[in-house]
Parts: sequence; structure tokens; C-alpha cells
Amino acid sequence: MTAKAQSPDPLFPRSSPGSLIAAALLVGNSVLMLYPIVIMVFSAFKTTGEIFDAPFSIPDFTYVANFTRIWGETSLPGYFINSVIITGSSLALILLLGTMGAYALARYDFPGNSAIFMFFLAGLMLPLKLAVIPLFLQMRDFGLLDTRFGLILIYTAMGLPSTIFIMTGFLRTLPTELEEAARIDGASEPRIMLSIMLPLSVPPMVISAIQNAVPTWNDFFFPLVFIQTDARKTLPQGLSVFMGEYTTDWGMLFAGLTIAALPLTIIYIVMSRQFIRGMTAGAVK
Amino acid sequence: MRLDKRAGLSPERCFNRPGLMKTDYRSRERRRRAAWIAFLIVPPMAMMLTFVVWPLLVALSSAFYRWEGMAQGEFVGLQNFSDVLFGDHFAALTWRAFRHNLFVFFALFVVQNTAGFLLAWFIYREPFGFRFHRIAIFMPVILSTVLVGFLWKLFLDPNFGLINQLLEMIGLGGLRQPWLGQETTALPALVMANAWHWVGFPALVYLAGMQRIPREILEAAKLDGCSGWQMLTRVVWPLVAPSTTITLTLLFIGAFNWFELPYIMAGLDGSPYGSTDVLGLYFYRTAFGNQSGGLQDFGHGNALAVLMFMFIAVVATLITQYLRRREIAL
Repeated sequence: MTAKAQSPDPLFPRSSPGSLIAAALLVGNSVLMLYPIVIMVFSAFKTTGEIFDAPFSIPDFTYVANFTRIWGETSLPGYFINSVIITGSSLALILLLGTMGAYALARYDFPGNSAIFMFFLAGLMLPLKLAVIPLFLQMRDFGLLDTRFGLILIYTAMGLPSTIFIMTGFLRTLPTELEEAARIDGASEPRIMLSIMLPLSVPPMVISAIQNAVPTWNDFFFPLVFIQTDARKTLPQGLSVFMGEYTTDWGMLFAGLTIAALPLTIIYIVMSRQFIRGMTAGAVK
Repeated sequence: MRLDKRAGLSPERCFNRPGLMKTDYRSRERRRRAAWIAFLIVPPMAMMLTFVVWPLLVALSSAFYRWEGMAQGEFVGLQNFSDVLFGDHFAALTWRAFRHNLFVFFALFVVQNTAGFLLAWFIYREPFGFRFHRIAIFMPVILSTVLVGFLWKLFLDPNFGLINQLLEMIGLGGLRQPWLGQETTALPALVMANAWHWVGFPALVYLAGMQRIPREILEAAKLDGCSGWQMLTRVVWPLVAPSTTITLTLLFIGAFNWFELPYIMAGLDGSPYGSTDVLGLYFYRTAFGNQSGGLQDFGHGNALAVLMFMFIAVVATLITQYLRRREIAL
């Protein structure tokens, strides 16, 4: 990309009128994308009165009463911890099971291999939301209603197709010579997988992890249906409770939104390249 | 440990046990390999079957039964389906919600996908600052719909919202609206919030598509005297057809599964007066009841879900098939 930008004869010189218009429109668009987020963060450092009187002003960043109140008197920290537990466990399970399945599909020829691959591929398209009624009854029968574990299982199942798709695609590209050489040296199949193939597979694992982390962390629908107990609610779900409790206290509302946005935003700023690749994986070859 | 395993495979061992024939050794090895493969593939398959495939199959079959609350009653054939599509209590709401979904799809096609395509082109031209804009445009995509919904609900507040304050500030106070409180503007306002949230997705899918176009093609077009706009419409647009296929299909699926944003911004009843009611909300209300009481009706809920699923699957397949024919292999 860098090389392209520095090529001696760019396709669209930066000083051409077209490029200047493009630059101007992009600046306008970026303002539109980022300014609402900036205002959200600014408002978190204001009292409700200040937000109403001077919505665009730059706040006094030493005013952190909204945040200390959220820490002290609301359930938001608890929701936050639940989301960390649920997203973390789901990701661990997705990567474990997804890599296992993908490894079998990519490295071994066995009867039914391509049929099973198609089975997972079809899962990419199935909207599980529409099966939420039977899922609800099933979770009730398993005794998993209103539990974090139940959500973890659902997210794991939902994340498997895309992970298997990405990981199989990658593992198939690894040369057979690698594993043949290890086999001749007498390495067992699990040893070949763990010591030789998987250390090479970290990049697609990161992509799969991001692709699943964002929707899982952000999901609202399944907690809405399955979780009733306040102490087990996730951050998006808890946010809707919180927003209902403090409807008129806008300083608190914006502080709550800021806290909810913070973790992914920071990780995104640090790893934007991987995020963009992870979240468009599947839509982009 | 490693030595033990090697010993199990070593030729010496086979040699020392004359009864063990080569084929036996091979078949034992094959069985061990099969067990290993099964160990790898069975757990993920079991997860998928239990939590995705089975519920979908049950949703399909239970739509043919009468339901009393959460208890399954007798077989009623297509009764639930015909109730939902043509019955007195359901049909008007079903078709109104369906029309709203259609509107959302077409509106988002313009303000989200078409805008995304143009923005992708601007970034592709690599003007000053394009790396920053590429990151900025994708920023809202990573935020949760709940967060985006509440944020825009606050911005669209009739009295203290940012939008109305901004209009006042630039001297357009006459245009102040209760954006989410009146039937004419509520659904368009939701569409705009959704476009803000998601425009980065089609933009970066298109950008990736454009970056796969061989540079020589665009250089040739430039030599032939194509203007930037002609290059975009006559050369780039046909060549990014695969990106159009995928973004349009995903937009269609998303528009007809739309639930979280209207739920947060307009409530489960699609306020005001059902002007933002879409199939997702209507399905949820039918299945689980709403806050103001309402009964759980799993039979009609499942029927709605099955119809939505079939509609989405059939149309998405048709869109994909149709658009694939436009695609040119590069």
C-alpha cells in the first residue's frame, strides 16, 4: 500500500481537482462519523444543565462526577464484568472447537468431509434469531434459561460456521510436506497439529476472534430473551436498563454510553487493520 | 512420552511380534486415525446440531401446531400461516410491517450502500489523509446497536437534542422537528441512524473490490481520456460487481431482520402509532408479548418466523443468482 502511494506516476495526482474534491468530501464524512462520538465523550464530563445549555462546548475534563457515580451507585460495572466473562468464554470455545473442526476438514480426507464442510457453510446463512422460540424452550428444558453459560453455548454455536470457514481456508494452504516430514520423524497426529500446524495459524485465529468478538460483545437480542436476573445481564442489555433509570440525567446517560463504547473503541484504534479485515472477512476475498 | 509413542510405531516392535501382520498394523493405525478425526469433528458438529439446526427444525415443525402459551396443542396444518397472512387480527399488521421493511431496504440502499460505494471510490483515489478516513468511516461499525440507538435518540430529542440545537444555531430553527415523535419522520430518522452506524461496512467491502482491479485497466481508461466520473461509472462499477452482490445481499438480510435499532429508538410497538413497526418487532411481540401485557403466542410467532425465513432465503438467493450474472471474472 505504501509502495503504491509513493509510486512515481500516481493514477490520481493529489493536486488534481478530483482528488481535492474527494479529500474535502472525505473530511466532511469523517466529521459526520466522529463528531457524534466526540460529543458523546464531551457530554460525559458535563452536568445535565451544561449539556442542555452548551451542547457543543468543550468540557472541563476534571469533572468526573458522572463516572464516579456510575462506579459507585449503578450496576454498570457488574454488567461490564458479565460481558467480559461471556465474550471471553465464547471466544475461547469458538476458537477451540472451530480450530478442531477446521483442522479435521482441512488436513484429513475422510468420507463425508465435503458434506460436513457444506453443513457448516450453510450455518453462515441461517438466522438463529428466527428460531428463538424453540431455542427458548430448549434452554428451559436444559435448565439454562437465565444463565450466562446458556448464552456462551449459543454464541459458540453461532460463531462456529464463520470460524470453520476462515480456518479451513487457511489450513488448506499449508503445505503437506510439513506434516509428512513430521510424520516420518514419528510425531503423533495431535503433536503435528499442536506443535507444527497451529503455531502457523495465529493470524487467521486473530481474524476469527475479532469477527466473533464484536457481535458477541455487542449482542442485545439473546440476552433480552434469555436473561432476566439483573446480576447476570450483559453490557448492552444493562445499558438499556440504565438508560431507563436515568432518563432525565443526561450527564449520567452520556457517561454510561462512553463507558460502554470505551473498550472496543480503544482496541479498534490500536488494531484497526485487523478489525477491518476481521469484520469484512467473508464479504471480501 | 514422545519416545513411548514412537515405540508404538516402531518396526522393531512389529518384528518382535510375528503374529501381528502388516495389514493388522495398518488397520489399527487407521482406526486410531479415525478416532482422532472423530475427536476433532464431533464436538463442533454437536454444538451446531444442538443449538442451531435443531431449533430451526423445531421452529419449522411447531408452526403447524396450535400453542397455548408455552404448551404445544394439536396439529392445525397451515392455520397459523393463513392467520398471519390473511387473518383479521394479524394481516393488517403483518403487511404494514412488511411495507416498512421494504422502505427500510430501499432507503438504506441509497443512503448506506450507494454512499458507501462513493466513499470507497474517494478513499481508493488516495487523496490526502485517506488512511485516516479509512479508519474513521469504520469506527461506528464496531459500536453496539444499543449504544448507537440511544446516542441518536438523545441527539434527536425534540427539546435538548443536538440536531435541533444545531438547526437553531445555524438559523434554521424553523426546521426543528420532534424527529422520533411524528409518523412522517420517525422511520426516516431510524434509517439515517442505521446508515451512520453501518456505512463503513459497504464502503470497505467496495474498497477491497476496487483494490483488486488490475491497475493497468484504469491506466488504459485514463489514457483513453476517461474522466474520473466516467471511470467510476463505466469501468469501476461493472468491475466491482462481486462487491455489489455481497453488500446488497447482506443489506437485504439485515433490512428484513431489523430489530435492535427500532426496538431501542422506537420501542417494541414501533411508536409513534406503529409508524416504525417492522417484522422483527412484530415477530417478537407476537411470540413473547409486549410490556403492556399481551400473551405469548408461539404458534403464530413461529409461523411468522418461518415465513420471514423463507422470504429472506428465497429473495436473497434470487438476488445473488441475478447479480452473479453481472460479475466479470478478472
